[in-house]
Amino acid sequence: MSGDPSSNGRVPAAANAAPAGPDPAPPPAHAAPPPRALPGGGATRRHTLIAIVLDKPGVLNRVSSLMRARNFNIDSLAVSRTDQPDVSRMTITLHGDDVAVEQAAKQLYRLIDVLKVQDVTADAVVAQELALVKIRATDSNRAEILKLVELSKGRIVDVAGESVVVEVTGPEAEIDQFLALVRTYGIKETVRTGAVVMSRGSASIEEAIKR
Amino acid sequence: MTMTKGQAARPPSPTETRAERRTHVPADGTAHAAAVEAARRAMLDDARPRHRTRIGADVVCEALLLQGVDLFFSYPGGVILPLYDVLGDYPQLRHVLVRHEQGGAHAADGYARVTGEVGVCMGTSGPGATNLVTGIGTALLDSIPMVAITGNVPSALIGKDAFQEIDINGITLPMTKHNYLVRDANDLPRVLAEAFHIARTGRPGPVHVDITKDALQQETSAPHPTHDEVIAGLPGFRPNLEANGRQLKLAAAELARAKRPVILAGHGVLHAEAWDELLAFAEKAQVPVAHTLLGIGAIDETHPLSYGFMGMHGWKHVNRAIQSADLLFAIGMRFDDRVTGNVRTYAPYARIVHVDIDPAEIGKNVAVEVPIVGDAKRVLQALLPMIEAVDPATRADYFAELADWRRDSEGSSWHGSGAWRDGLLSADYVIERIGELTDHEATYVADVGQNQMWLARYAGFRHPNTHVSSGGLGTMGFSVPAAMGAALGAPGRETWAITGDGGFQMTSQELMTLTADKIPVKIALLDNKKLGMIRQWQEIIYGGNYHSAHLPGPDFAKLADAYGIPAFRARTPAEVDDAIRSAQAVDGPALVWFEIAEEQNVFPMMPAGKGLSDLIEKWGGADE
Repeated sequence: MSGDPSSNGRVPAAANAAPAGPDPAPPPAHAAPPPRALPGGGATRRHTLIAIVLDKPGVLNRVSSLMRARNFNIDSLAVSRTDQPDVSRMTITLHGDDVAVEQAAKQLYRLIDVLKVQDVTADAVVAQELALVKIRATDSNRAEILKLVELSKGRIVDVAGESVVVEVTGPEAEIDQFLALVRTYGIKETVRTGAVVMSRGSASIEEAIKR
Repeated sequence: MTMTKGQAARPPSPTETRAERRTHVPADGTAHAAAVEAARRAMLDDARPRHRTRIGADVVCEALLLQGVDLFFSYPGGVILPLYDVLGDYPQLRHVLVRHEQGGAHAADGYARVTGEVGVCMGTSGPGATNLVTGIGTALLDSIPMVAITGNVPSALIGKDAFQEIDINGITLPMTKHNYLVRDANDLPRVLAEAFHIARTGRPGPVHVDITKDALQQETSAPHPTHDEVIAGLPGFRPNLEANGRQLKLAAAELARAKRPVILAGHGVLHAEAWDELLAFAEKAQVPVAHTLLGIGAIDETHPLSYGFMGMHGWKHVNRAIQSADLLFAIGMRFDDRVTGNVRTYAPYARIVHVDIDPAEIGKNVAVEVPIVGDAKRVLQALLPMIEAVDPATRADYFAELADWRRDSEGSSWHGSGAWRDGLLSADYVIERIGELTDHEATYVADVGQNQMWLARYAGFRHPNTHVSSGGLGTMGFSVPAAMGAALGAPGRETWAITGDGGFQMTSQELMTLTADKIPVKIALLDNKKLGMIRQWQEIIYGGNYHSAHLPGPDFAKLADAYGIPAFRARTPAEVDDAIRSAQAVDGPALVWFEIAEEQNVFPMMPAGKGLSDLIEKWGGADE
């Protein structure tokens, strides 16, 4: 058990070695024991959770209310229908250490309308985000913008006298990069979907819950 | 990490586990229990022999009867009147008219705690519903199976700020295990069946069902679903009852190597009705059992392996045992902050095996070595053959030390002396006498604060489900209404509500319910004319800055008299026994007004944020 990562390295070595030694003396009252590690407390990083939920009224409210009540801060949340008629899929990104996010996942799992929760942070995934960007455009720089959009694999979805609306899709970092590029022309407004994530390979989180 | 619902064993149907059903048809009611049962069947099987159409309100009554409910606590109001309009057709359902919806929710809670069945309370929309909220929250924090039903304004008015409309669904969403808003009577059979199933299955909890007035009035022929249909309709609700075999082996190995193990028994042992299994387990492994506040009754306190009540106001010897343990075997408890104090200094030498039915409880407050997710009863049943029988002689040194600590800790208390400064009445003496004079066979319902801790420490509990206390939410005003439900749930034994003068004044309107429904609750009012726990904290932690701790009260004897409840008074230790016996002799509710010492503290005390080794045992020379 001493190598068990779940021990969190907090058990005094003496206690761990107990079975090997003879009768261990009771712990001396005068020796200050090492402090017990709190659950979590590790480095925070961004996690991605996928939740498969029943498509019931209020389910989004249940999820967001739970995250608020349990003091988890959601970075992004994308919800959509799936190919199953009564099932929705949520992609939730949040910051926290591994234990805190595991707790968030367990709490989500307690919700009656939640069928499955998976933390895919460490998995091989495709993570894409879609953004619409309304860019200030004039007759003089419109061609330049169009070239930039083309190079960034974006798509013009609307052209007006003084602006263009561009759709870009890709990993979050690529979208950040595109926004940085076009910021010099003037961004009138932006909307982003937040990441949607799917595991690579043929395994399916939805098939696992098919009824 | 992936969690998928769907693999777990099917939970047992309610009829397989429910204790023998009691009947709550009032004595002056119409029918004998058997006749009532026959009528119930006839109604359900015989296409409703009524001369009117079946409406949503009928579905509610039918669903209650199908679920084995024959008693609920409620208060009428505008939009729930359609239900009251049909109640007369269901004489098998006893309706207790409370005087405030909060009282109804606590009563349903008390009923659930002593019976292990689902307690039911109802109210109307708006203020009726918000009044239930404190009771629902109390049930959530203590995992009490409860179904709360409210009426709501007609569907067409929802969201229009109609009279007595509030978004009660939004309010109860984060404080229930699940909640529903029903706008169509055809959904009612399914929703109500799901509500009861969710409330009682796995880790129990409250479920709120909000029903619009038009749904209550709507005609419907929708059938009640079978148990299998209910389960099939809840693919996201598959509590894991059976433990993982590998984890059980690890737990057995931990136990085999431990020299100073302690079992921490919590409320989960009672929920799972696992007290016999706990005892067999503790005896075979020769492990002392400490219990949490809500774990009281998990083991008979007179059993040699019962070590006592842990935590902030627990016994010093119990906390010492935990602090020096090399293994904590926690069953159905959640390492609440009142149990651990500062987690950094909690049980520093102990490895932890944690058994809980709710995976989210494991690793939430403390990191554990061996997590076991499962029903306490099934886990202990599976574990028993896997552990080795321990000869108590091999633990002789350990047990001798524990016994020393216990003598030391119990002996340092004034407990039992009956005296406290200048011959004033000591609360712990009162509690001890109530315990003795009821042969430790009553149901004891605590309020919150000092009275709650005195009760937990000094009453002497022998049986499961005889202690009722708002542990998680700490709801003042809980005692009298919860005792109301407890008395109706366990009519075979006396019910004592132990309350302070503060909590009593919060819900004393229910005295009228006690009188009107002839509910024989004996109220022990520990009156120190103070908010005692507030005063204690202000004395010890806030440097004697007493603000709002003094709490003037009415003449409680006159108050009780006004409600038609006989009152008895005790101001000195010598008057205590007579007062208790007089109350016991009353056929019906009675109140005993104990005027206790005004400045008595509950010791030991672990100040919030400190650790279990930092107990305060005396203050200003008084070590009561």
